[in-house]
Amino acid sequence: MSGFFKSSIGRKYAMALSAFFLMFFLLQHFAINILSVFSPDAFNEASHFMGTFWAVQYVLQPILIFGVIYHFVMGFILEARNRSARVKKYAKNNGAANSSWMSRNMIYSGLCILAFLVLHFIDFWFPEINTKYIQGDMSGLLGNGEGFRYYQELAHKFESPLRVGAYVIAFVFLSLHLMHGFSSAFQSAGASSMRKEKLQLFGKAYAIIIPLGFIFIALFHHFNHH
Amino acid sequence: MNLTLKIWRQSDANDKGKMVDYKVTEISEHMSFLEMMDVLNEQLINKGEEPVAFDHDCREGICGMCSMFINGEAHGPDRGVTTCQLHMRMFNDGDTITIEPFRAKAFPVIKDLVVDRGAFDRIQHAGGYISVNTSGNTQDANATLISKHAADEAMDAATCIGCGACVASCKNASAMLFVGAKVSQYALLPQGQVEAVDRVKNMVAQMDLEGFGNCTNTGACEVECPKGISLENIARMNREFLSANVKG
Ligand code: HEM
Ligand code: SF4
Ligand code: FES
Repeated sequence: MSGFFKSSIGRKYAMALSAFFLMFFLLQHFAINILSVFSPDAFNEASHFMGTFWAVQYVLQPILIFGVIYHFVMGFILEARNRSARVKKYAKNNGAANSSWMSRNMIYSGLCILAFLVLHFIDFWFPEINTKYIQGDMSGLLGNGEGFRYYQELAHKFESPLRVGAYVIAFVFLSLHLMHGFSSAFQSAGASSMRKEKLQLFGKAYAIIIPLGFIFIALFHHFNHH
Repeated sequence: MNLTLKIWRQSDANDKGKMVDYKVTEISEHMSFLEMMDVLNEQLINKGEEPVAFDHDCREGICGMCSMFINGEAHGPDRGVTTCQLHMRMFNDGDTITIEPFRAKAFPVIKDLVVDRGAFDRIQHAGGYISVNTSGNTQDANATLISKHAADEAMDAATCIGCGACVASCKNASAMLFVGAKVSQYALLPQGQVEAVDRVKNMVAQMDLEGFGNCTNTGACEVECPKGISLENIARMNREFLSANVKG
């Protein structure tokens, strides 16, 4: 297997694998976030569990971080190789005649997601790490000790219309990324086209519903508190 | 029809090359695209100019030589045809038509619209065959039973004519549809099993060595392929490649 991950097809498998993992993570992330709309208590409970359970913190979280970094670094490597495979460009190229915009612009939708992830880390992840591991407060409680802090922190973040705007735009690009990416990952992994039509439909549904759900959550908290 | 042609002219592999405008008149809509090019070249020769070099051989859609990138698409706007089968009725009087060579680092331009597709030959040499001595030893065709389904799919894969339209159309200049077809053609048949592991490994290694890009599953190749080779062949090659690597 030594040369496998250096080969073009090996890299596609690795890309698809990291993408599967990210799509699964996204689903799980959504399932917890949507709780915040229905029940602040349930959201607090789930957040506290995810934020303090050792297997999540010390096993899944490092895998996730590795997965994200692997995915976009490999994305850049593939993009660089693909660009170098055609040195002289066409004077006239009608890409729309044979392929979707989404499929031709994965690197740009991906870069938008990356920019969002930077913002997301600054917004949520760094403060979490700071509170829990630098200040050493694992209680998950508010400063005044009256209940959990997670819901309040979330609601507070979505007060700013600028941040909500950035979230909405980012999730539109995530939707475009997944619109091609979902079925593409299956094709890369060698899935047979017999299942393709249903798969495509399911992929489109996932690519629309999940990002739209995240947008809904952001907007819900924004308007709920004004 | 009267047309304006914008054609890539490049005197040899080292020339920088440029697009040059030409006018052709009284083109019949029943002509094939290559016949239209013949009319242009006659004009150029009569004027004492260098005719436009382009590849062609069978002119009936089976050899795969006629590589041209026409108005932004390999083999032009029609579907399921090569350039030699493309009719001028696909265009309108007064149109401007852009004609370029297939572009890929692995397909260097030799002259004008002629590119070197030797990379495809080298991939074939790396494993696109079975090592069986068939001369004088021909077996009865029914000695090895093959399901209709497998036979049909192998035949479909085998219709690839190696034209390179897939590479030319792919935004990544990836050769995976071609290699996928060549791998599948044997992977589906019992005769191909003996050398299956080495075949896919060697062909993919050669493909990577030639400097083709990576497949992003845009599907452009399948749409532009004159023989309708399906993306399923790429998925099959991926499976073959994974299992070959697991087997060692
Ligand atoms: C962090 C920023 C990201 C960048 C820069 C990025 C970039 C890319 C690129 C360039 C590709 C195409 C690679 C190829 O097929 O050759 C790709 C594929 C894909 N991406 Fe991303 N991506 C990012 C984040 C994400 C996220 C967060 C998800 C899912 C939640 C995701 C899901 C996918 C999927 C499903 C594919 C298709 C994989 C395949 O074709 O095998 N990406 N990404
Ligand atoms: S797969 Fe289709 S487009 Fe590619 S070389 Fe074969 S016949 Fe031509
Ligand atoms: S000249 Fe043979 S396929 Fe066009």
